[in-house]
Amino acid sequence: MSDITYKPGKEPHPRETRRIFRNIDREGYDPSIKCFMKDGGYQTLKKCLKMEPADITNEVKKSGLRGRGGAGFPTGVKWTFIPKGNTKPVYLVCNCDESEPGTFKDRFIVHQDPHQLIEGMIIACYAVQAHYAVIYMREEFPEAAKIMQNALKEAEDKNFLGKNIQGSGFDLQIVLHRGAGAYICGEETGLINSIEGVRPYPRIKPPFFPAAIGLYGCPTIVNNVESLCQVRQVMMMGGEAYAAEGAQRSPGTRIIGVSGDVKRPGVYEIISGSITYGELLYDICGGPRIGRKFKAIIPGGASAKVMRCDEILKDRNPDGTVREMTIFDVPMDLDSIAKFGSMSGSGGVIVMDDTRSMPKVLNNLNRFFAWESCGQCSPCREGNPWMYKLSTRICEGKGSPEDVDLLKDVADNICGRTVCAFGEACSWPTQAFTTKFREEFLALTKPINALKPHSAETAEARKFLTRED
Amino acid sequence: MSNNPTILPKDAAAAEGKVNVQINGKWYRFPKGTRIADACNSVGVHVPCFCYHPKLSVAGSCRMCLVEQGMPPRLAPGATPTYGEDGYQPIQWMPRAVIACANTVAENMGIRTDAKLCNEARRGVLEFLLTNHPLDCPICDQAGECKLQEYTTDYGSGTHRFTEDKTKKGKNISIGPRVNLDQERCVLCRRCVRFMKEIVGEEVLGVVGRGTHNAIACYPGTSLDSNYSMNVVDICPVGAMTSKDFRFKMRVWFLKSTPTIDVNCGTGTNINIWTREQQVYRITPRQNDEVNSCWMPDSHRLNYKYINAPERLLTPLVKTDHGAPQRPSTWDATLNMVVEQLHSCAPTETAIICSARMTNEELYMVRALARQLGVTKIDIVPRKGENDGMLVSDDRNPNTNGAKLILGKNGSGLAAIRRGIKNNSIRFLIALGEDVTEEAGIEAEDLEALDYILAMSHSENATTKAADVVLPGVTFAEKYGTMINVAGRIQRLNKAIEPQGEARPDWDILRQLTELLGCDCPRVIACPSPMIILEEMAQEFEAMKGLTWGNIGNGGVVIMDTGVTIPLIEREKGKK
Repeated sequence: MSDITYKPGKEPHPRETRRIFRNIDREGYDPSIKCFMKDGGYQTLKKCLKMEPADITNEVKKSGLRGRGGAGFPTGVKWTFIPKGNTKPVYLVCNCDESEPGTFKDRFIVHQDPHQLIEGMIIACYAVQAHYAVIYMREEFPEAAKIMQNALKEAEDKNFLGKNIQGSGFDLQIVLHRGAGAYICGEETGLINSIEGVRPYPRIKPPFFPAAIGLYGCPTIVNNVESLCQVRQVMMMGGEAYAAEGAQRSPGTRIIGVSGDVKRPGVYEIISGSITYGELLYDICGGPRIGRKFKAIIPGGASAKVMRCDEILKDRNPDGTVREMTIFDVPMDLDSIAKFGSMSGSGGVIVMDDTRSMPKVLNNLNRFFAWESCGQCSPCREGNPWMYKLSTRICEGKGSPEDVDLLKDVADNICGRTVCAFGEACSWPTQAFTTKFREEFLALTKPINALKPHSAETAEARKFLTRED
Repeated sequence: MSNNPTILPKDAAAAEGKVNVQINGKWYRFPKGTRIADACNSVGVHVPCFCYHPKLSVAGSCRMCLVEQGMPPRLAPGATPTYGEDGYQPIQWMPRAVIACANTVAENMGIRTDAKLCNEARRGVLEFLLTNHPLDCPICDQAGECKLQEYTTDYGSGTHRFTEDKTKKGKNISIGPRVNLDQERCVLCRRCVRFMKEIVGEEVLGVVGRGTHNAIACYPGTSLDSNYSMNVVDICPVGAMTSKDFRFKMRVWFLKSTPTIDVNCGTGTNINIWTREQQVYRITPRQNDEVNSCWMPDSHRLNYKYINAPERLLTPLVKTDHGAPQRPSTWDATLNMVVEQLHSCAPTETAIICSARMTNEELYMVRALARQLGVTKIDIVPRKGENDGMLVSDDRNPNTNGAKLILGKNGSGLAAIRRGIKNNSIRFLIALGEDVTEEAGIEAEDLEALDYILAMSHSENATTKAADVVLPGVTFAEKYGTMINVAGRIQRLNKAIEPQGEARPDWDILRQLTELLGCDCPRVIACPSPMIILEEMAQEFEAMKGLTWGNIGNGGVVIMDTGVTIPLIEREKGKK
């Protein structure tokens, strides 16, 4: 790797391990197939095409690779969910609808290294024997769409796509599908509906598990961009070698996107579990800005539960003793943070320092979720605008202390009662913010506000309920 | 459940192709694949649903039917399941509630509909649904039969906590010639969307907007103008879809519903007639999976106005002299006059045109009258239309099969009667329940040329105007009787309102007339009700053998094989 030079100012931090991001911001590297192949591109594919498809799946299973979209489901296991004796066509969909606030890793891949994704996709398609694959790209990536379209053309010209790929007898067509700018299209069944051309309402599970009943009712594998690139990495390294590196239950590298109040925000590729949140924020990202203190961290995209930086977390050592620590001591793998009630999700770390008002942060998130709710099921459709209206009122100083409890209660009523995981995604921030920063919310409220009408509309309505005489 | 202790309940159930399910602490057996909601409802445990409709695909979006579900604990590899004294495995309850509409039952599954978990979930969902609801029950047509209202009283909380501004949406939108939409009242169950797509096959309705601004709307350039559009009013659980015909006419709790059948075509769609004080306010379909599923065409549904129309004949009318105007008369005087007149009609020069819109009981009495008079020229008026491939039959008479069975007539003799009237070989006409100037094709001037016309009808028409004597009969809503539909199913008509004015049930008029004409057969003159006539017919006709009013039931009984099927029902059965 020493022969790789990066653009000035874009050099990786010494603690990074660039695998997927090997070619990101690399000097003299462009998204063309020439560049990619000069660097050993498509060699892994050629090797894989000589293998049995089931062996590739086994290799991926052996690697312990877990999906990078946020839920962390083992990729190889997902592939085996295609029903046995299936006679329908199998589809593979690459979820490039990276819309979780705070997550911005996939965009680098599709903008700067599209062939890496294409190679990963071809390998995955070959493993599940899919002959038609879709890259679902969010509307907000117009430039990437052009780059990807061009890359697909290049790959086809070189017979990495199309009929009888590299003489293997395997056919594959990859189609680029553009979204229209909806967060819910990142939910896999919503995404499938979107491709089918209907409203992206997520489907109910059961029975609509995509691997069994997916796109056009056929078995469909939906994988994240980074996951598919990791598949290529697994096949390059070998499953066992891949599994040996990093955290035991979530091996391999992880791409962490840090945003917010740090000196050096950005994307960093690290070996999973090799560093802690503290090392990430202080060593790699350079710590808080001058004169400020870290206050809170959202560890895995906007929907993950927020963590207080001064919160004492209690963990049990293997010998049964209790160990006290803070968020800064938690290792950066998929599971460690889950023990403390949050999640590592898509690796989008959002950092807030002591200048931030937590109610305002929550209000911003609530505005996002209220706008992005698809409206299919009642709790999410009606609960989100309610939470947004409540948090707005609290931020405007028109709330009463009871409104803070009500806000939490509304979130509790959404959580676990919806069609898709959006219900959790939208209610976790409210639950965590109102619990962990309750005093900040209460500080903005006044008990007298409970008696006042909140808007012109309620004032108008109350006219009929009070007597003037 | 099994008396044999060596057989576990699960094996006993499996032998029947069923599974054991515990609902609120009691064990039941259901066929495999039964939905939890259907299973619970079938044993009287109510599961509230907005979006779930047994005839439509599952949406699972209202989240109202959340129930607590449990399964036996997952076994460690190599472990054997343990069974309690009752032969069932212990149930491990899941922390998350599941929707009862999309999930099916499984062996040893436990369901709790009264647990804290689902009570809280329901209360939460109802609170959400009401946040942006206009709460305009006092002016809403659905009030009284509104699921949102019912569930709120059953499961909701007494107070509301939502004090913000509500989302504003469209109100009183005319989305079709017969249906109005209020988007604010809508709970977005999308039953209407699924109905139009899956049952009617016209994708007219859809959802627009995102999040809280979701609303039902017609696709651009379309309107809800299908002949089945008003079914969306029936299946709408709230007051979002309202019938333009019924809007603001009557509070539903004042209405009495009577189960009966539709008489506009041979399908014999099962319906409920909603009445108050001898006035019909609306007709809604009644579920019968062998006849009309849960639906009915708008054309049939709205064809009830004639029942309370001013054109109804309320008293017998007689012409005292040929060419004189018709005058109201009393029943006794009229009938005696008719008997006298009929005695003077030569049977060979008399024709009877009766109707396949009459019930079997009436047709039986028509036959008795014809026999008494010795008239052999008798037939029904056939009515053919286009089969719409759904529920509207090509046979627009509701009882063609009954006429065929009882009179042995199918309309083929009508042409001879028409010719007879034209060439004056028929001089006396008895028109029963038909306006012969319409489908029967007899011209008005030919009617005038006849020496004598006796008409029995519920409403005024060209034939009654030309008649020498008019006997006021009743509409289908005012009488009991049976009819046989195109598929050979005998079904009951029930009386929803009393006969208007002095009108009498047609069978009774015919019976009395026959008696006055001198009939002494007790099987005719001693019949006090259509139910007894049915029993008489059951003794005479092989097809009706063993039939009684009671055993026909509200769903009807197939008594003959006609080879005719109802397209919508065939499709529904094919889907299963």
